[in-house]
Amino acid sequence: MLKKLARWSRIKSPWILHLNSGACNACDIEIVAALTPRFDVERFGILLKATPRHADVLVASGPVTRQMRDRIIRIYEQTPDPKFVIAVGACAMSGCVYRGAYNILGGLDQVIPVNMYVPGCPARPDAIVDGVVKLLGKL
Amino acid sequence: MKFQIPIGPQHPALKEPISLRMTVEGEVIVDADIRLGYNHRGVEKVAEEKNWTQNLYLSERICGICSHSHSTCYVQGVEKLMDIAPPPRGMYIRYLVSELERVHSHLLWLGVAGHEAGFDSFFMYTWRDREVVMDLLEMITGNRVHYAINAVGGVRRDLDDLQKAKVLEGVKILRERSVYYFRIGASEPSFVARIAGVGVLPLEKAVALCAVGPTARASGWARDVRKEDPYAVYGELEFDVPTADTCDVLGRVVVRVKELLESYKLIEQMIHKLPEGPIAAKVPRKAKPGEVVSRYEAPRGENLHYIKSNGTDKPERLKVRAPTLANYPATVEMLRSGFIADIPLIFAAIDPCICCAERAVVLTSARSGEESIVRLGDLRRQALERHQKAPLKRNAVWPF
Repeated sequence: MLKKLARWSRIKSPWILHLNSGACNACDIEIVAALTPRFDVERFGILLKATPRHADVLVASGPVTRQMRDRIIRIYEQTPDPKFVIAVGACAMSGCVYRGAYNILGGLDQVIPVNMYVPGCPARPDAIVDGVVKLLGKL
Repeated sequence: MKFQIPIGPQHPALKEPISLRMTVEGEVIVDADIRLGYNHRGVEKVAEEKNWTQNLYLSERICGICSHSHSTCYVQGVEKLMDIAPPPRGMYIRYLVSELERVHSHLLWLGVAGHEAGFDSFFMYTWRDREVVMDLLEMITGNRVHYAINAVGGVRRDLDDLQKAKVLEGVKILRERSVYYFRIGASEPSFVARIAGVGVLPLEKAVALCAVGPTARASGWARDVRKEDPYAVYGELEFDVPTADTCDVLGRVVVRVKELLESYKLIEQMIHKLPEGPIAAKVPRKAKPGEVVSRYEAPRGENLHYIKSNGTDKPERLKVRAPTLANYPATVEMLRSGFIADIPLIFAAIDPCICCAERAVVLTSARSGEESIVRLGDLRRQALERHQKAPLKRNAVWPF
């Protein structure tokens, strides 16, 4: 019963943390655009949170820079279970144009487990909304 | 008693990874230290491995907000190196996109400034209206953020009459909204009370610390590359350089809204003056050996690319000096003797674009005459070594 309630509340209102792992800002402004009136993911109960300790879903963008690796792992560990990770953009999937650069690990899945990939350089807000909703459908 | 407060790399007040170390005495900031490197990707080195056309796409991805600035700055330099002049129609379309980008960037910033000042409805309003200009950009270029409209020697897509009409229509809506924002930004008492007198940067300090863009203009220093060194089509167009003399965050808001209005003027002039003809010139595959410095007024200030060619189809060196980097010394000055609660507002007021500013520099004494070449492989080896040695720092144990 309690489990059911927890699952229901998680689907109805997932809180997200926006994690920039060395992105070029393009995916980030599209993530923020998805939160603002035109696309408005808040109607699905999705709220942007400031700290990983409040978040259910990490929305990460950008190729992972070596400097950010430790921080990403720490942020992932700080997020309470059950947690989900959405990799937004081609960089978070594979490294995009920066692939082969000396400071890039290439893709978020090199560092933490990823549940959902949203392709695009940058991913459109509609695609991000679609990704989040599909993730909720899987819960 | 002095304390050090670390802010970042992941912090609610910051949208990008950067670390600020604030030394505070009570509530007042005594000193600030800005630590970079979390977003360093090594774009300059990657550029040396790609040819002139491929680098267009790379330079666009230096930054997502001012993507067209970097790609235009780069392409200006390459065209100068190759000694080709793009046809006028191509030029007009290129700089039309760059003015539309300025509009989108400033609206974005206005929203962020409102958000940091605790005025979230302003944030939602400006971001709603920003979608108007995003739609225009998508219609002209096909993309929302990385426009990829530039090609070496011109642009990729033409503009037809229907699109021209739509741009004019969009500008009309935006102008109306911007005038409304100007009224809010400059006269809404609670908002003005929050931003007036915060982050003061006097004119002489702005000059001494080489501030650029709206930060310098808000201190009463009318610096604008479009006016000082009119490149491309800006010599044929009429516009003013707005300034403010309040030297604080309020001044920066006012300057940016006035700049929006100037940009609308420029967009309308460009649409009306749009000449007929081809949109792109034929270009050679290789550039002549030589070096060039290209300047461009990005939404955040003066953007500077230095390109060196050795006669092949790849650049030998691409150096990027983004406007945010030039504004960092001024930011430290603004933060000093401010309050802790003002940090996000002051820092956001320079419109920081951290991914633009993450460049690596190797320091050598200027008198030593020492020259060195670092290869990509060397850098990769150094990066691997450094991070293998550094142990993975886990979560700190809560001491209580």
